[in-house]
Amino acid sequence: MVSITPLISPESGSLELDRSAALSALESMLTIRSFEEAVDGLFARGLMHGTMHLSIGQEASATGICVALKTTDYITSTHRGHGHCIAKGADLTRMMAELLAKQTGYCRGRGGSMHIADTKTRNLGANGIVAGGIPIAVGAALAQKMRNENNVVVSFFGDGATNEGAFHEALNLGAIWDLPVIFVCENNKYGMSNSTELSMRVDKVSDRASAYGIAGVTVDGNDVNEVYQAAVAAVQRARSGKGPTLIECETYRWKGHSKSDKNLYRTKEEIDQWKAKDPIIRFQEIILQNQLVTQTDVDALANQVRETIREAIKDASAAPDSDPAELLSSVYREVYNG
Amino acid sequence: MANRVITYSEAVREAIAQAMEADSNVFMLGEDIGIYGGAFGVSGDLYHRFGAERIRDTPISELGIVGAAVGAALVGMRPIVEIQFSDFTSQAMDQIVNQAAKIHFMLGGELSVPMVLRAPSGSGTGAAAQHSQSLETWFAHIPGLKVVLPSNPRDAKGLLLAAIDDPNPVIVLEHKLLYKTSGPVPEEPFRTPIGVADLVREGKDLVIVATGVMVSRSIAAADQLKEQGIKATIIDPRTLSPLDMSLINDAIAASGRVMLVQEAPKHVGFMAEVAARIAEGPALYSLLAPVKRICGMDIPIPYAPQLEKAAVPQIEDIIAGAVALMREP
Ligand SMILES: Cc1ncc(C[n+]2csc(CCOP(=O)(O)OP(=O)(O)O)c2C)c(N)n1
Ligand SMILES: [Mg+2]
Repeated sequence: MVSITPLISPESGSLELDRSAALSALESMLTIRSFEEAVDGLFARGLMHGTMHLSIGQEASATGICVALKTTDYITSTHRGHGHCIAKGADLTRMMAELLAKQTGYCRGRGGSMHIADTKTRNLGANGIVAGGIPIAVGAALAQKMRNENNVVVSFFGDGATNEGAFHEALNLGAIWDLPVIFVCENNKYGMSNSTELSMRVDKVSDRASAYGIAGVTVDGNDVNEVYQAAVAAVQRARSGKGPTLIECETYRWKGHSKSDKNLYRTKEEIDQWKAKDPIIRFQEIILQNQLVTQTDVDALANQVRETIREAIKDASAAPDSDPAELLSSVYREVYNG
Repeated sequence: MANRVITYSEAVREAIAQAMEADSNVFMLGEDIGIYGGAFGVSGDLYHRFGAERIRDTPISELGIVGAAVGAALVGMRPIVEIQFSDFTSQAMDQIVNQAAKIHFMLGGELSVPMVLRAPSGSGTGAAAQHSQSLETWFAHIPGLKVVLPSNPRDAKGLLLAAIDDPNPVIVLEHKLLYKTSGPVPEEPFRTPIGVADLVREGKDLVIVATGVMVSRSIAAADQLKEQGIKATIIDPRTLSPLDMSLINDAIAASGRVMLVQEAPKHVGFMAEVAARIAEGPALYSLLAPVKRICGMDIPIPYAPQLEKAAVPQIEDIIAGAVALMREP
């Protein structure tokens, strides 16, 4: 059982002015990076199978959004969902066990990377279907409203997902019912290989909000504090019954789309330009400059995170493989207990 | 050059290229089929050979692109849609089922939809429940759609060229595990007729009817069964709709035993239809033992390799099934 230190919302209102909040946000981003680098390595060594979508380079959007959430708020996630899962507080060992196809994994080894969900942290699940989680988030938000719960629901998705009908139908429903849902588009410039320039005529994904009469905003998705600020505004709007917000986080994935990507559709220069805008380094520099932390703090945190991931891999690897003998179980639920 | 050997995906690509060279109305649309070359590398260099106008890279909009193909087909084009995984046809079902399949009939035979929809199907890649299904029965159940499952490179080319020629919507389900397999494929454009089953091999003891990747698994099983003295006939229906039962019926008349092998879940699967047709027809009187089905489990496809293997028939399951069938009185 290891997860990140629960994210702390800054009393000052800024992640760049509050030491404990800054450290927790940094820990989240470092953990996402470290987890995915480890997964990439395991994959390269043939210890992990299937395919994998890594969000290295995009750690600030998952983190900045989740800082603004309560533990009882819900999220829906995507095929590129490790970051969302970790930032919401999932157990890293169970995540790793799932990727390693172990019985102790979040899905007993049935789901793998694309299907991790965690009831405890109210993560309704990654999704193998592009845009599949967006209407689900709307439904979860509708339930919050109908039952007078004060929770909000965040739906994470990519730029490519905004070309699916599901995105448009979900935004409209969320809008007309004034639901406490926040649509978070992690715009990393590409679907798989299809660029936003080729796949949409609007300049910004957030322009699409106006078609449904909801608020839309674009932020620097590699600036964790800017993402956080936008999330706070959206959460406030949602909780006070004023309906959905579409937040577009402009970011970039460093790795290929999945394991079969040869990066033919983008240039090395473009990748390098974005690597220079590393959300983790940028945030570290700011909080060092603001003297919230010392280099020693940062190094110690980085070491601690690496150690945590090593532990997670060790514990997960020692767990039993998932068991074919129980394959027929859980196709249907036997008893409903909420 | 009838013996030239190429891969299954090369065969599909060659069919598309030859059809596009022969007819300017043929074009392709789908996600990441351009520079990327397709999620499974099937379109490959076609983008560089034919350009962005005819190898149309689309946004992630399955309903939109299938609908666009239906519309283009209605007015004279010959679109080939690639859906990245057959699982995502579920996004486009309205256009496939309510539009493409029915337009010709509904409008009294006036218009038709000569569209081809190709999609990678099946399990075995560790991609889990939403990327591994075998959905052929969905399509086979809809009057107006033709459904083919090429099981080798030769048929991948021949059936696809026939599908492109066909004046009806044809669903071509290509198994992911077959893309990298190779076999002899004639270089010239040729057609494998839709609606004609293939006699893969002859043996006197039992008949195995198999589709998709189960054909090659059945061949491997039959090789081992031969060593045990059991000789199997293997029939690949190739086309699920319309279904050619003549070979199957004749073969059952000769051996009296039949085993039906599919990857999809057993319940209400395609082989249930084959079994019913056997029961309805003359072959019933030649049966020496009940019809046997070897199918996928009635569960979604799991991620873990050992679970995924257990969920669908493997060579050993086919062998065990055949041995058990031979022991029936
Ligand atoms: C309905 C559907 N269509 C296509 C795919 C294949 N696919 C998986 S991820 C992806 C790209 C998604 O792009 P985007 O929404 O921008 O997310 P990103 O991968 O960039 O995080 C595609 C085409 C899918 N999983 N589901
Ligand atoms: Mg994207």
